[in-house]
Amino acid sequence: MRYLPLTEVDRRAMLSTIGVPSVDSLFRDVPAAARLDGPVDLPRAMGELEVERALGRMAAKSVSAGSVPFFIGAGVYRHHVPASVDHLIQRGEFLTSYTPYQPEVAQGTLQMLFEFQTQVALITGMEVANASMYDGATSCAEAVMMANRLTRRKKAVLSGGLHPHYRGVTMTHARFLGFTLSAPRPAPVGGEDLMALVDGDTSCVVVQNPDFFGNVRDYSALADACHAKGALLVIVVTEAVSLGAVKPPGAMGADIVAAEGQSIGNALNFGGPHVGLFATRERFVRQMPGRLVGQTTDADNRRGWVLTLSTREQHIRREKATSNICTNSGLCALAFSIHLALLGEAGFTRLAAINHAKAVRLAQRIDGLRGVTVLTQNYFNEVTLRLAKPAAPVVERLAADGILGGVPVSRFYPSDGSVTDLLIVAATETNTDDDVEAFAVKLEEALR
Amino acid sequence: MADIRFSKDHEWVRRDGDLAVIGITDYAQSQLGDVVYVELPEIGRKVEQGGDAAVVESVKAASEVYAPVSGEVVAVNELLSGEPGRVNADAMGEGWFFKLKLSDPNQLAALMDEAAYKKFIEGLS
Repeated sequence: MRYLPLTEVDRRAMLSTIGVPSVDSLFRDVPAAARLDGPVDLPRAMGELEVERALGRMAAKSVSAGSVPFFIGAGVYRHHVPASVDHLIQRGEFLTSYTPYQPEVAQGTLQMLFEFQTQVALITGMEVANASMYDGATSCAEAVMMANRLTRRKKAVLSGGLHPHYRGVTMTHARFLGFTLSAPRPAPVGGEDLMALVDGDTSCVVVQNPDFFGNVRDYSALADACHAKGALLVIVVTEAVSLGAVKPPGAMGADIVAAEGQSIGNALNFGGPHVGLFATRERFVRQMPGRLVGQTTDADNRRGWVLTLSTREQHIRREKATSNICTNSGLCALAFSIHLALLGEAGFTRLAAINHAKAVRLAQRIDGLRGVTVLTQNYFNEVTLRLAKPAAPVVERLAADGILGGVPVSRFYPSDGSVTDLLIVAATETNTDDDVEAFAVKLEEALR
Repeated sequence: MADIRFSKDHEWVRRDGDLAVIGITDYAQSQLGDVVYVELPEIGRKVEQGGDAAVVESVKAASEVYAPVSGEVVAVNELLSGEPGRVNADAMGEGWFFKLKLSDPNQLAALMDEAAYKKFIEGLS
């Protein structure tokens, strides 16, 4: 059986109608060098059993995160996701549901998104949260654009402690939307004077907590300083579990929180799909991008949920929409919500405490090894190390020894010689004492 | 009633000395339906004739309010922030949007008077 929609006769009829001799002649305008001169050389067809074997062999070349001591973080974190989360999100009502434009048929999805917003607002300490963005990096760029709209200013100051990918996504938006960014060099131990970069045209200062290098700070004074200059403070969070232990951005005076929610309920997923969290103050809600679900009552006075303030959105007000993102990461948001609901407040706080304890154990074990200095003093579950050798080959060597030993900073700043010897390592509840011991022993060997 | 002028975008403007009071017409509010939100310009902002000056949002749509004349915003109707429904109740009076210091009073003369506007909206239905 051939899975082709057209017969040769159909094809000839269509070609003769439009007056061309062959399908290939439709591609005449593509330069010859860019065209294939024949069929792609694919292997012969295989049976299901053979395909399984072939793909299994290919998959075995990858080292899966769960199979080795794993200390990689730097923006995406490996946490335990209970089987119940995966089971529940696969219910057909959730898995296949479409955008909930029609409240009369989408109450389940709408209620879930409303609960998600409530959870995000609670853990960030903010007044209002949307029903999610694509990921933390797009949330960050949207936060800067929102600050520009609110202040009618066109310059943002990005901390050197902001994740380089978040900076990159924001820069891409800046290039095409015509705002400017002032971004200092990577700052592994802080010491930045961001306020020196703030002027009368600065819409916001963007900092990350814990920052890219793991440092946890209280940004309350920075918030006051920003507000005194008429600028907003955006706090980015890439490790959402930290919100179970660290003072929330809302309590520091943040105006907008842009965060990555992957850590809660979601797997690493090769770096995406993830779920962007976005929260702000109620007085700014009209300029907030993205979906927003509100609670209301129906004609019979029963509790119900609807999309609200949709006039901010692209499907109502195309050219004046707050954002061109007209969707949300529904399924990832659902996983986030289910996991957080299962944890509850006490469980979430405890999970955060365990993460911190694991990181303390890791940092204490490796600080003082010959050739290792732990740079980060105040941290949650991640620290930056200065090694006596360039970090990238050390990580390669550890991988060959069966340990995924962190992320070399040079991966993000290949031409910056000052970060060559920096390695970012994270520990979560998934790391055992044996993992830490194996890492310490192999790291010491690699540095010898 | 004082001399009120009208734009084709359904704004009204009433001259008050060297100031102009601006709002949306009764016809506009009736077409929009229940107004739920009004975004007003900030004081001191300079607006050009025909440029965006405010936003009015109803249960049905969100629309720009254009400045029917050029000038500098000197006052906004804060009442509308808390009670946007005033636009429906009294579009031509208490539901005013903002006041401009006119930069070119001659622009007023080129706008429609009440009779011309009435004819204009009759032509729309």
